[in-house]
Amino acid sequence: MRHETLAGQPRIPTEVSAMTAASLNVKPAYLKIANVWKAFGDFHALKDISLDIREGEFVCFLGPSGCGKTTLLRAVAGLDLQTRGSIHQGGKDVSALPPSQRDYGIVFQSYALFPNLTIAKNIAFGLENTKRPRAEIDSRVTELLKLVGLADQGNKYPAQLSGGQQQRIALARAIAISPGLLLLDEPLSALDAKVRTHLRHEIKELQRKLGVTTIMVTHDQEEALSMADRIVVMNHGVIEQIGTPTEIYRHPATLFVADFIGEANKFEAKAANGAAVGFGAASFSCTQHGFDDGAPVIAAIRPEDVIPHAINSLANGAATNTIDVTISEMEFLGSFWRTRLHGHALGNETLIADFSINAARRLSLTEGVQLTVELPAERLLIYPRGA
Amino acid sequence: MAMTIDTALPVGRALRLRLDRDELIKRGLMVVIALYLVVALAAPLAIMLSKSFSTYSFDLARFEFQVSDKDGNWSKPTTAEALNKALNAVPPAKLGTNSDGRLQATSFFPDFSFRSPVKYKIRGTTTDAAYLVGLKLQSGTKWQELTSNDFRRVMLRPSRALGLENYVAYFSTPTLFRSIENSVFIAFISTIVTVGLAFGFAYALNRSCMRFKDAFKLVAMVPILVPSLLPGIALIYLFGNQGLLKDLLMGVPIYGPLGIVVGSVFFAFPHAMLIISTALAISDQRHYEAAASLRASSWRTFWTVTIPGARYGLISAAFVVFTLVITDFGLPKVIGGQYNVLAVDIYKQVIGQQNFEMGAVVSVILLVPAIAAFIVDRMVTKKQVALLSARSVPYQPNPNRGFDTLCFAWCSLVAIFILGIMVTSQFAALVKLWPYDLSLSLKHFAFDRMDGGGWGSYYNSIRLAALTAVIGTVIIFVGAYMVEKTDGFRSGRTAFQFLAMLPMAVPGMVLGLAYIFFFNDPANPLHAIYGTMTILVVCTITHFYTVGHLTALTALKQIDQEFEPVAASLKQPFYKLFARVTVPVCLPAILDISIYMFVNAMTTVSAVVFLYSKDTTLASVAVLNMDDAGDVAPAAAMAMMIFYTNAAARLIHMFLSKALIKRTQAWRMR
Ligand SMILES: Nc1ncnc2c1ncn2[C@@H]1O[C@H](COP(=O)(O)OP(=O)(O)OP(=O)(O)O)[C@@H](O)[C@H]1O
Ligand SMILES: [Mg+2]
Repeated sequence: MRHETLAGQPRIPTEVSAMTAASLNVKPAYLKIANVWKAFGDFHALKDISLDIREGEFVCFLGPSGCGKTTLLRAVAGLDLQTRGSIHQGGKDVSALPPSQRDYGIVFQSYALFPNLTIAKNIAFGLENTKRPRAEIDSRVTELLKLVGLADQGNKYPAQLSGGQQQRIALARAIAISPGLLLLDEPLSALDAKVRTHLRHEIKELQRKLGVTTIMVTHDQEEALSMADRIVVMNHGVIEQIGTPTEIYRHPATLFVADFIGEANKFEAKAANGAAVGFGAASFSCTQHGFDDGAPVIAAIRPEDVIPHAINSLANGAATNTIDVTISEMEFLGSFWRTRLHGHALGNETLIADFSINAARRLSLTEGVQLTVELPAERLLIYPRGA
Repeated sequence: MAMTIDTALPVGRALRLRLDRDELIKRGLMVVIALYLVVALAAPLAIMLSKSFSTYSFDLARFEFQVSDKDGNWSKPTTAEALNKALNAVPPAKLGTNSDGRLQATSFFPDFSFRSPVKYKIRGTTTDAAYLVGLKLQSGTKWQELTSNDFRRVMLRPSRALGLENYVAYFSTPTLFRSIENSVFIAFISTIVTVGLAFGFAYALNRSCMRFKDAFKLVAMVPILVPSLLPGIALIYLFGNQGLLKDLLMGVPIYGPLGIVVGSVFFAFPHAMLIISTALAISDQRHYEAAASLRASSWRTFWTVTIPGARYGLISAAFVVFTLVITDFGLPKVIGGQYNVLAVDIYKQVIGQQNFEMGAVVSVILLVPAIAAFIVDRMVTKKQVALLSARSVPYQPNPNRGFDTLCFAWCSLVAIFILGIMVTSQFAALVKLWPYDLSLSLKHFAFDRMDGGGWGSYYNSIRLAALTAVIGTVIIFVGAYMVEKTDGFRSGRTAFQFLAMLPMAVPGMVLGLAYIFFFNDPANPLHAIYGTMTILVVCTITHFYTVGHLTALTALKQIDQEFEPVAASLKQPFYKLFARVTVPVCLPAILDISIYMFVNAMTTVSAVVFLYSKDTTLASVAVLNMDDAGDVAPAAAMAMMIFYTNAAARLIHMFLSKALIKRTQAWRMR
């Protein structure tokens, strides 16, 4: 898998890779993107992108602004042809085909609803020239309107609907022709937070019901984590990692992914004897990392993976991967406490840790309190450092 | 990690999109319209340019003669050059001529008699040496034997050479090149006066709380509806030799620079006012609030906020007015008197002296300021568009008694000027015999009794305007759609865009003359349209192409860019999207383009004055010709007919637009 070669280290726990490999074999790739490049003059917006998407899968392209998500989507749609590389859809080479000869429905951020046509006519637009009888078109439109929950609004114009409703009409129009592939370019970004959460769920439901292979572009990690079967994390025109939301979150293949998705403490460290790192004044064991002894690395850990213990409560033998720290700040964030920890072993660095309300009460945590924290070996993420 | 695979782009060719039927149709249509513009614009201009560098002279070395005696013994071949040297029959100065020149072959045979039994032979020494026998054009190096009677009708034709002689001749003729100075002087003064008046007017409309704003706006637009000849005629009625107010001028004649400037201000005013008003309307309230919070005086605010904010509008207006005035032909023709300007020179050279090459030279000279102004205007307009796109809060004026009164006075003065001209013209059309018998009659509207084509001209004009409006709008809008909504084909689109912008830089007189050169050439397969209504329609559409094109582009740019991709993904052809969505959404702009074409086709004189025939006389040209023939009152009456027609067209346009907006309110609501 790509992320293994990317990191240069076979770091993913074996059972995860095995599972992914097994599920890969279930269905052949429906969309096969191979070695795609996109050049705008001297600037390369996509660099050697390869990616397989299985039939019925919901895939999100996730990444910061300008990373090339839209560019990749438009290449798949045939709207902005890639400079090099091939794209196969359903076994057919569509690399150089114009949009009209590909098989997809698309929803843009602007929705692109035809303002002078009623909603019903918007949805019917793609159904019309196919020698279908009028009655059949009408019943299909009614069905689609019902599907997106706007059954009685067919005679309104787009301008008379709310943003969320327009978005659903755009979706209905795109799926009206039963395309093999559904492309969504930041479909929710123009909506306010509440409508967004609601529609997220709805789109996912709809996709599951129709079983249509779907690619959604987003820069909102929550959206990607909650909707996607698999996430493609991109940065600067390359794929950083491909994986299920849990894979991506639990085992970020690169420091960028660890940083971009969720939060992570990062410490400059040195690798030691195959499965340990040293930073500050302490040494920690971790999973097999394969770096040479003394190689500069970054050790990272997510705030919620830090486990609190009462000071001196651990038996001497059990005290691996623990350090003693003092709470210098505590902030209540509703469902948990966010703390900033300092300690001799950390040097000048700060460790940010999230503790459950329960744990905080059990250990009577307040600012100034000393405690022991454990950085579990299997939760320590090790990445190469330097040039 | 990025660095591990950040290798270079693999060598090879960039992938190219396979074209679908839609894309091919779009490109095909774009090419067709581009070809139209090449034939109707680029090719004629190129021919005209080459004509301006063409000189014609009789090259006597190219012709050889033989003469027989009574018994049929032929003399030795002799060139015309040798004969001329011996006889000095045609002095060297007479050998220069124009493209139409002819030289009788018998000039070289002093004892020629058409009754003599002597026979003659003629041939060219080069293959392109041409001569006429009667009406038949001959050329080539084969000897041709002719009886004396036929030889009498042999005419040598000049040969063409490329060179700067025409320009040399132009600049060594003071009566000709002084026109440059005159034209620039007139345009310069008119620009200053017009922009000054228009700025005050626009300022009052945008920044004061005076009353009757709508009425003032309406009056300001009136000059657009009439030919530029009309203010000339009205000024002659007021200040001419028998003018009512002649004494006001204290001896300064209205014929000449004064008349031209005043008339130019009249017809250029609305254009300047619209541009400046737009520039003022987009200025930002927040700047004024900032200035007020800094306690800047109104005078300082004016110079530090208002003027810089409107500067692109002012520059743009100045160049537009300058171009309009320097290229206008009708007004100086009517009121210029002995004061020569470039546009009228072209007319005089072509119509008066049949010197087409010199006409071409003047045209090229007139192109220079027009193109320069055009380029500056485009640069400035781009900058202003950039200003526009920043979201700004429109300025809301507060009532201020003194200032509002001042504004009202200013606008009233301008309105009185415009209405004064209109009323005078109307009056001139209706009174029996100015200034002796001021009783009213309709006798001047009996155009059929005058030269100029009578009522037929008027109907021809309506036909021209209607055809131009319908066909022109279709061509322009479809062309603009193809450029705006086609992907790829970058070079093709750039070329098209250039062709579409070019007409703006080409003065009407220049276009008209270029059409003569191009279409009145029997070798041109399109020669058949010369002298027909078709050429007038083609010429008028081309002449006014650019503004329509820009209007269409603006409307198309406001449409979501994603409509085409969506339609393609739904497997719908582009023309379905075009008919069902693009056209309905752009209908207001389409109506604007067609009324613009209609009004201009009614009033234009400059291009068509070279191209009308006796079957296609036009109302605007009739105004010119009747005025020329001294029938000034009927000329005024015809000019008013054009005004009534345009006013009616505008009313219909307004009515249609209102109805349209009302009908489409449901979906336009945002
Ligand atoms: N037509 C173009 N010409 C030149 N550069 C372009 C063009 N289109 C995109 N780019 C560049 O390519 C890069 C990727 O653009 P893209 O639109 O794919 O980003 P994105 O990941 O969708 O970002 P966002 O989240 O902001 O939409 C950007 O750096 C952008 O500036
Ligand atoms: Mg994007």
